[in-house]
Amino acid sequence: MAMKSTRKLYGSLNSPPTLKVLACLFEHDIDFEFVAIDLEAGEHKKKPFLSMNPFGQVPVYEDGDVKQFESRAIIRSMAHQYGKKGEELIYWDSRQQAVVANWIDVEDHHFEPPVLKLISELVLKPKKGLTPEEETVAGAEAKLAKVLDVYEARLSKLKYLASDKYTIADMLHLPNIQALMGTQAKKLFDSRPHLSAWCAEILARPAWIKVVEMQQNAQA
Amino acid sequence: MTIKLYGAAMSTCTARVLACLHETGAEFELVPVNLLNGEHKQPAFLAKNPFGQIPALEDGDLTLFESRSMSTYVAEKFKGSGGDLLRAQNLKEAALVKTWMEVESQQFSPAISPIFYQFYIVPMQGGSPNQAIIDENSEKLGKVLDVYEKKLGSTKYLAGDFYSLADLHHLSYIYYLMKTPSAKLINERPHVKAWWEDISSRPAFEKVASGLILGEK
Repeated sequence: MAMKSTRKLYGSLNSPPTLKVLACLFEHDIDFEFVAIDLEAGEHKKKPFLSMNPFGQVPVYEDGDVKQFESRAIIRSMAHQYGKKGEELIYWDSRQQAVVANWIDVEDHHFEPPVLKLISELVLKPKKGLTPEEETVAGAEAKLAKVLDVYEARLSKLKYLASDKYTIADMLHLPNIQALMGTQAKKLFDSRPHLSAWCAEILARPAWIKVVEMQQNAQA
Repeated sequence: MTIKLYGAAMSTCTARVLACLHETGAEFELVPVNLLNGEHKQPAFLAKNPFGQIPALEDGDLTLFESRSMSTYVAEKFKGSGGDLLRAQNLKEAALVKTWMEVESQQFSPAISPIFYQFYIVPMQGGSPNQAIIDENSEKLGKVLDVYEKKLGSTKYLAGDFYSLADLHHLSYIYYLMKTPSAKLINERPHVKAWWEDISSRPAFEKVASGLILGEK
């Protein structure tokens, strides 16, 4: 990736929203400069970062005149601006794109809440030497199971969530599914065949593999 | 072809879509869904929204749920005739609208929803508002509104000096908030208060507001 670019992504390789935007950048083959923000040092809660995102969260993205925060806003804009002809991750037709937008909201409002709870309990707590709270895990797994039943039904009709092509609606799930696959919650995905096949498919996208490699290289 | 909106006029999320339908002048039909009878959990409605929540939208063979994607679709379809709520022709402005639409969804909504729930839904179920929950979320909402206060000190609306879908998405929840003691969160912040008075006095919203009758006896 080019070191000097008009495009800058400010974020952290520990932050799922940052990883979502990285996936989108790699999918669209566009050059950018990655500026690491030190979350542990609280860099995102201080100036100058706060002047870029007053809510003090990564990522922040700059592309010439376009300056954005909120990963889903960045991704929605990027996928429209840089859609590769014949390989767009969005639709130009507003009826078809509305379905993509619908499933972006599903990821946001239905999938992510129980998933973030599980990641907090099963991934983040152990990293800090803390024990997962059993009741919280059970509750979140039950909620997620209901959501994944809807996904299973959907993916038995369509190859991907919005349609028969990969879109940003699918892409937004990647970092959190990747994280859960290393936990006991993996069973919720494995037990649902269409969902499981979709997970394997999207996790194998070359653009996502580049993101994972970027994370691994940073930890090395 | 007429758009069908399935929901309830008094419901915040249905009203979000209604505000956009009125703002754009779209032709639509509001099809009531009987929540008390559990209609939203029956197979016919689940076929429209598998998560069993209102609203849902039909436009010919297109079916949508999730209110914000519905309003975005309406704004797209009726742009021109209904004004320019998405600023699609200007890359920078369109990006700002998307950003502030996400702010409403990610920062504002999670803080205001529990307050609304305590004041309006809990009493309907025979309970009393939980002040601890109201206080905790009022503090969160206050911090979000501090950011809004600063932003609205430099631009007239959230995404810029133009009214957009980002502002519209706030209407129904703030309307209900203003009838509770938590209205002070808005009233104490002069730019936010002026912005609220501006956006809530739009004729399109006044048509929606007349249906926001939760909590009225």
